[in-house]
Amino acid sequence: MLIRHAPDLTDNDVTDHGLYLKRRTLMAGLAGVGLAGAAAGQAQAGLSFTKGFSTPEKPTSKEDITTYNNFYEFGVDKGDPAEKSGRFKPRPWTVRIDGACEAPRTVGIEDLIGANKLEERIYRMRCVEGWSMVIPWVGFPLKDLLASVKPTSKAKFVAFETVMRPSEMPGQAWNTLDWPYREGLRIDEAMHPLTLMAVGLYGDVLPNQNGAPLRLVVPWKYGFKGIKSIVRISLVEKLPATSWNKLAPREYGFYSNVNPAVDHPRWSQATERRIGEFRRRETLPFNGYGEWVADLYRGMDLKRFY
Amino acid sequence: MTNPPRKKRPSKARDNLVYALVWLACFAPLVWLAWRGVMGELGANPIEKLVRELGVWGLRLLLVGLAITPAARIFKQPRLVRFRRTVGLFAFAYILLHLVSYVGVDLFFDWNQLWKDILKRPFITLGMLGFLLLIPLAVTSTNGWVIRMGRAAWSRLHRLVYLIVPLGVVHYYLLVKADHRPPIIYGAVFGALMAWRVWEGRRTQRAPT
Repeated sequence: MLIRHAPDLTDNDVTDHGLYLKRRTLMAGLAGVGLAGAAAGQAQAGLSFTKGFSTPEKPTSKEDITTYNNFYEFGVDKGDPAEKSGRFKPRPWTVRIDGACEAPRTVGIEDLIGANKLEERIYRMRCVEGWSMVIPWVGFPLKDLLASVKPTSKAKFVAFETVMRPSEMPGQAWNTLDWPYREGLRIDEAMHPLTLMAVGLYGDVLPNQNGAPLRLVVPWKYGFKGIKSIVRISLVEKLPATSWNKLAPREYGFYSNVNPAVDHPRWSQATERRIGEFRRRETLPFNGYGEWVADLYRGMDLKRFY
Repeated sequence: MTNPPRKKRPSKARDNLVYALVWLACFAPLVWLAWRGVMGELGANPIEKLVRELGVWGLRLLLVGLAITPAARIFKQPRLVRFRRTVGLFAFAYILLHLVSYVGVDLFFDWNQLWKDILKRPFITLGMLGFLLLIPLAVTSTNGWVIRMGRAAWSRLHRLVYLIVPLGVVHYYLLVKADHRPPIIYGAVFGALMAWRVWEGRRTQRAPT
């Protein structure tokens, strides 16, 4: 599949590339003497990346992206993740990748970042609640990570799991959802080049409230599919259970593709408010990414598989 | 022959002071909300925040209004009852602003969308019904209307609030995604205030005349 680059963003580099590289070198040096865990907790080091597939729309302000979050592990208010995630330690961190694959492995976050070519991708994000943002993520395609463990033919779906740390995540003390948070994708969705594993935001390391150190971004699906602070990725044969679907199966389907024609049972999905704008705007099918992803669902009744 | 000792009446000045405090307390959330709005402190989604805060304050004031009669009896402060009208009218004002901000700011006067919402969204249907039922109560809140209708008919009409408050609670409950604690708490407060009324009604019926 050909991924087109939005032309008006290619020459938009505002930060000197060499500077990013130098910061990366410093981080790597610290890791070498075993200090990374101590230093990275505080570090807001930039990441080294190239410009990737992006929308030409103006990104939402960093302040809004980092203070208006749904991350129920830290509390149910939009401001809770920013206010109550200070104790959360996203480094050191390892992710287990296992299941139907030939080479299951456990990999550290710094190794993961070092081994993958990072790209900035500016994606629209549409929340199931009826608001949206434009977010400059930094990350790598999930398909590259999955390829590294050599999935077998039994790998039909991918199941994701968030970390369980009630001592650092105060929201996990309440059973608002059945912790740990779980999400899932069909294998072809997971292998789609637009599906991103994000490790950064606005050129910096991902803040805690946005899902540090590693989160999923699937821009044509409602935001809650983008599971945060991932510790486990499993290739599985059967459709995996997902958190919101378990809570209210009639309201949150497994697919949850952005679809203005299929309303949430309690509210309309026809329009959305872009954060920072006054008037509502029309919601686009597949959040405007239909040109690249609609084929994945050819022949499916999207009213039934919502 | 001496008169029995009379309870001293609170002074006029103190009356006015208490009245001013009640009025200020009812107005404060609106001022605070407007201030935060002007200062850009309503967060990334200020319109949603504004609509929700106005609605929640309307519900809170309705509950405060329902709590006045029990408080007056329990604390033996019958003069508190004077404030029911003030609190009730403020509740109406907050709920009116809640509706106006939803229609005028959130939907931006998209009447077609509003009509669809009322028909298709149970939480909007219930909220709208609650608001419509509040209108006659606000209109008949004056002394003139109490006299015109007669005390008994007026009281019967104003018992509609026992239906309006649960409509508000359910309206709130239905829009919450996962954390139902706040609407449940408001529902529980309403339940307690109604339980007191049932209990008090039985008690006064049994009492010797």
